[in-house]
Amino acid sequence: MQVTSPAFRENARKALADVTLQKALKNVEKGFIAKRAKAAEALPEFEALRDAARDLKIHVLKHLDLYLEAYEKKVVEAGGHVHWAESAEDARRIVTDICKRLGARTVTKGKSMITEEIALNDHLEKEGITPVETDLGEYIIQLRGEHPSHIVAPAVHLTKEQVAGDFRRVHTHLDAARDLTEPVTLLTEARTVLREKFLVADVGITGANFLIAETGSSIIVTNEGNGDLTQTLPKAHIVMASIEKVVPTLEDVDTLLRVLARSATGQELSVYTTFSTGPRREGDPDGPGEYHVVLLDNGRSAMLGTEFEDMLRCIRCGACMNHCPVFQAVGGHAYGWVYPGPMGAVLTPTLVGVDKAGHLPNASTFCGRCESVCPMRIPLPKMMRAWRNREWERALNPAALRSGLGLWAFVAARPALYRLAARAAGFGLRLLGRGGRIARLPFFASGWTANRDMPAPEGATFMDQWKARGGRSA
Amino acid sequence: MTTREAVLGKIRRSLHTGPSDDDRRATVAARLAAHAPGLIPARGQRDPAGRLALFFEMADKVAASSERLASADEIPAAVARYLRSKNLPQAIRRGGDPRLERLPFDREPQLAVAVGPSDGHDLAGLSHAFAGVAETGTVVLVSGPDNPTTLNFLPEHHLVVVRASEIAGDYEAVWTRVRAAFGEGGMPRALNWITGPSRSGDIEQTILLGAHGPRSLHLLVVDDL
Repeated sequence: MQVTSPAFRENARKALADVTLQKALKNVEKGFIAKRAKAAEALPEFEALRDAARDLKIHVLKHLDLYLEAYEKKVVEAGGHVHWAESAEDARRIVTDICKRLGARTVTKGKSMITEEIALNDHLEKEGITPVETDLGEYIIQLRGEHPSHIVAPAVHLTKEQVAGDFRRVHTHLDAARDLTEPVTLLTEARTVLREKFLVADVGITGANFLIAETGSSIIVTNEGNGDLTQTLPKAHIVMASIEKVVPTLEDVDTLLRVLARSATGQELSVYTTFSTGPRREGDPDGPGEYHVVLLDNGRSAMLGTEFEDMLRCIRCGACMNHCPVFQAVGGHAYGWVYPGPMGAVLTPTLVGVDKAGHLPNASTFCGRCESVCPMRIPLPKMMRAWRNREWERALNPAALRSGLGLWAFVAARPALYRLAARAAGFGLRLLGRGGRIARLPFFASGWTANRDMPAPEGATFMDQWKARGGRSA
Repeated sequence: MTTREAVLGKIRRSLHTGPSDDDRRATVAARLAAHAPGLIPARGQRDPAGRLALFFEMADKVAASSERLASADEIPAAVARYLRSKNLPQAIRRGGDPRLERLPFDREPQLAVAVGPSDGHDLAGLSHAFAGVAETGTVVLVSGPDNPTTLNFLPEHHLVVVRASEIAGDYEAVWTRVRAAFGEGGMPRALNWITGPSRSGDIEQTILLGAHGPRSLHLLVVDDL
């Protein structure tokens, strides 16, 4: 998909002014935050499981090549095929070749973020193959020609009225006068329409939450059952997985599953956790005739051994974005690519370049909520800071910011001057305050108060107060 | 160079692996062979009766209905009763699993029993679980010649038989049984953990039951403890 991350500021401004979007984004809090907290509280071992999950993934990443080899061997033993893809282009070609060989006309899809990353749907359409998204949220945004705004809840940016409008526009074979006010009616309608698509699809494509080296199994986790219908009914099942999804054993997957759903939706476990190992076997009455796994690198191997290696622990639960004040305010589309929120702010510059996505790691208050809820304890703020440093080193920031920071650095390195400047600034800001708040800052600082006020300083500077209390100066 | 070698080569370069991988290989082989359990929550660690009680409690929390039957012979009557309670026709589709095959379905002459995979037009399906997991009220189903996977997902109502003696406290106990049944490193083609009926929260984050899979999940727990 097209990267609009360079236009983050403009995207964000539009998102803030979009009344419908703002209404829909209120559901993030309702849908996720309290539920996650409750689920975490209901399991006394939750914090210890997060530590175990982190340590497990650290171990895997240090031995990633070997676990991938072990995994591949088991897939082949079970009659499946493993395809290695260095780039998005490789992965698209592998999938198209399989579809063409099977004469596929329609392809059903379970939810898969890496197929968004490689823009698979556009490519399939160009080849004359119709991809049908089957996750309800993905289906809705496919009807709208949009991309997911959230990695777990792709249509979180929409209201039920918008969905009803889309269904009326597209499902023209149904009674135009039908009542679509209730979400349950929308769900039933999507179920009926998609059931027919499931039954005629030639190939099913799903993502993978995990791959198991011990058994050669791929795992998908869904609540709807769409992933299972996608992979059970067609002639072939293609699993799209990035290389960091591999986990050693069945027991290791238990640890990750115990933190995944709780962090994502606040469920103890998703409704369907499916372990798939190879194609239909002798005597099986159903199941796909072929089983393929596409292992995608697409820049991930280059993250190993760098300050961004920790990001490869991510299990795509979405907790970081659910808890992010910036995501809550602007939604996922403003981030301009596949992965939004804090995990996107770290991952997007890695995968599309910091020159394009430099705004994302800057769009953070560093409040730290993302790291505090991340089941894999990924130090997201630290990595966003690392991107800011790289951006600085490569002189990608605007000139005004660079000279401003240069001026600040000059002052900060001279304690006497710094104290004088701080006292003067405090005095000036107090003059601007009314009732303890500053409504508008003048000149170059006016952007700071364009959308909100700020507190006025209340007394002497910290250094002066410290001195007055007899504290030692450094 | 193949893309396989290219990807693996990049990983090894990034990890700065030396020319000899012996230590790393030994570590990986040992971990795979040991498949040691990690941290298992205390919740499921109870005696069989306690596990059963927890299983019912957790299944109820995820909106699965359940009932306890004194013996497997009661299953046909329970199926007929369930279908009546939902105003459904007296028809069900099941797999050829011997544990279902030998049930006295002839005691319910009104009940039409079809055998084999679903084509998507069945209202009710009956399966026999491989195991249950008390920790989350989950049933574990395995595919095979007599256990079609389509029965788990296509019918509107899914009835699942699970033996009380096969309800484990945690997932780890089930893996031990899977290895006993399918061998070390072996798995059935499809192994499904099912925890409640199908649902979606994709419209305004309101959870609704009955997305693409069954709208209701009914658990028939046969008391063989």
